[in-house]
Amino acid sequence: MKKQTIDSRPAGPKPWYDPRIRSIFFQIVTLSIVFWAGWTLIDNTLSNMQSRGISTGFGFLDETAGFGIIMSLVPYDATMSYGRTFWVGLTNTLLVSAMGVVAATILGFILGVARLSSNWLVAKVALVYIEVIRNIPLLLQIFFWYFAVLSNLPSPRQSVEVGNALFLNNRGLYLPEPVAQDGFGLVWGGLVAAIIAVVALRIWAKKRQLATGQIFPTFKVGVAVLLLLPALAYLVAGQPLTWDVPALKGFNFGGGITIIPELAALWIALSLYTASFIAEIVRSGILSVSKGQTEASKALGLPNSLTLRLVVIPQAMRVIIPPLTSQYLNLVKNSSLATAIGYPDLVAVFMGTTLNQTGQAVEVVAITMAVYLTISLLISLFMNIYNRAVAIKER
Amino acid sequence: MAESVIKPPKKQLGPVAWMRMHLFSSWYNTLLTLIVGYLLVTSVGPVLNWLLLDADFKGSDPSDCTGAGACWLFINQRLNFFIYGFYPNELQWRIDVMFALLALSFVPQFIENFPGRKWLGIFGMTGLPVVGYVLIPGGSFGLEAVDSAKWGGLTLTLIIAYIGIIASLPIGILLALGRRSDMPIIRGLCVVFIEVWRAVPLITVLFMASVMLPLFLPEGMNFEKLMRALIGITLWQSAYMAEVIRGGLQAIPRGQYEAADALGLGYWKKTGLIILPQALKMVIPGIVNTFIALFKDTTLVLIIGLFDILGTVQSTITDPAWQNVAVEGYVFVAFCFWVFCFGISRYSQKLERKLDTGHKS
Repeated sequence: MKKQTIDSRPAGPKPWYDPRIRSIFFQIVTLSIVFWAGWTLIDNTLSNMQSRGISTGFGFLDETAGFGIIMSLVPYDATMSYGRTFWVGLTNTLLVSAMGVVAATILGFILGVARLSSNWLVAKVALVYIEVIRNIPLLLQIFFWYFAVLSNLPSPRQSVEVGNALFLNNRGLYLPEPVAQDGFGLVWGGLVAAIIAVVALRIWAKKRQLATGQIFPTFKVGVAVLLLLPALAYLVAGQPLTWDVPALKGFNFGGGITIIPELAALWIALSLYTASFIAEIVRSGILSVSKGQTEASKALGLPNSLTLRLVVIPQAMRVIIPPLTSQYLNLVKNSSLATAIGYPDLVAVFMGTTLNQTGQAVEVVAITMAVYLTISLLISLFMNIYNRAVAIKER
Repeated sequence: MAESVIKPPKKQLGPVAWMRMHLFSSWYNTLLTLIVGYLLVTSVGPVLNWLLLDADFKGSDPSDCTGAGACWLFINQRLNFFIYGFYPNELQWRIDVMFALLALSFVPQFIENFPGRKWLGIFGMTGLPVVGYVLIPGGSFGLEAVDSAKWGGLTLTLIIAYIGIIASLPIGILLALGRRSDMPIIRGLCVVFIEVWRAVPLITVLFMASVMLPLFLPEGMNFEKLMRALIGITLWQSAYMAEVIRGGLQAIPRGQYEAADALGLGYWKKTGLIILPQALKMVIPGIVNTFIALFKDTTLVLIIGLFDILGTVQSTITDPAWQNVAVEGYVFVAFCFWVFCFGISRYSQKLERKLDTGHKS
């Protein structure tokens, strides 16, 4: 040991042993490696693109696309630009994702509850469903529905029909389309008025309950108002709604709404697959509520329905929401499997056809990834806000 | 003492009472049981008939499929293609050796008290990739080279899943440590890397790997298609792996970190000797679960033109020689995946219960 004089303070560590200096040094090294790697990649990419004659920049978005798309929610034809194909793909992705989220949530909650049913048969059927479906790759399920089930449906002339309005064949499902005539705005007005009335009713009922303790049947009255007001408006306006019924013209159907088999197969497979995961989440959420809570609620004299609504579900939701969010994210990401069966989603239209025609891989891939990143962040954001609302309020 | 043994009341024990309690406890349960039972009886019968009773198992060509049921001889005839892809027939022993080694390394993990199972597992994680690297592509030690375009079927599925998990494990550990680091720049880089990869679908990653990777590399340097897919899958999987491992790191009580600091251990000694051994043990079930997810996701490589097991079946059922064998093909692939995934997930659940040391929080 070195001898130290009393008046000098103990020597600090050598600079290369000082954790702060070390950490700054390592961070600078890491950052320079990352910058160097990034620079090399960009440099390589630019020189490669130059040697292959690929143009750069986002100018291609205004060029004419020149290819048809089998389904689009926004008006589209082959003379429109590549930028337009992006919107077609994006809306199609959002459509199938939204449909999938709704169906998977409903089915998943039913299955999750069925799994805990006191009825042995129901519980076992739910168990078998969950264990079979979630252990089979999603792509295989999409193929199964598309190539094995939907393409084996009868041809348009031998369609399965329900009430001469709904037709099912191997070209898709044809539904009558509601067409709003003059004066339909009144019905929308009625609906808006009904929603405002229900919100007001709820606020008033809550105030009254806090003041007097009397419970107002908000739910029943609310449903009645929501149904009756628009219906009244519909009658007053003179029933301004007609139906565009699909009809066989030549070899195929025309008119009405068409659900193409690609969309149907993707939707069915996504919903069934994700529902099996949601069911397990719901089950574990309900099981996480301790028995004491239900017993306490019963002891307070709450009936079963209120116990479920006021005690079990709010507490179960806290456990359910975070994993449910990641299932929704998975569903949106999995909707990109559309490419495999030709449903024109963002990946199929934009990263597929547009990329192949323009060759501008970097821009197209960057845009596509940015879109998925944005969707993911938005879903996480909304679910986090909701999660904060249902989280435990510790005081 | 009473001489006669009182018999248990019939209403509370025995099959009748059981059915009363579990199937017909109330009017709506009775209704539910009847409806579900009816649906089961009407659907299970025809499915069983199709699967087994009316199915054709023997024969040599499509005309032997005469029954109303499934045509399993189609699977029989093409099994070699589904397992080995285009791998040359006379060299398939190399794949068989790999299958045997794979089974030898990992099947004992399911059997408790199997002698030396720990060493077999370590071999499976370290030595096996080396053996596979020599054996499957060939080209060295006097082995005939087989182009990776000829690999396919179940072999390719297993290769992709296995390499994806083995290669993403070390990257995932580093990323997880980086995300828990005190250094803001390193933490930020790791967070961005992990979140970006996790936010994008695997298909875009595969497309990117097959379209953009050639652009990133200096001229003259190029990988074959399988290699590009593997790079994409590994990077993507390592982000998921990092999140699983981070869960384990967070579950280690603070006292462990502080005790290691108090002993004067440096960062790498603390991490390598104290934290990681505990954290990794804790997340084995999580790693197994990500493996199951990756295993199912390997089917996506057929979209960029690789022939995994689903790809081989998909290309065969469009073969005009066989009519309407799509359902048989899909059921076969589904069964293969189901056996693997269900078995492994059961194992992971068992492991979870066994490893639960009770000091997670």
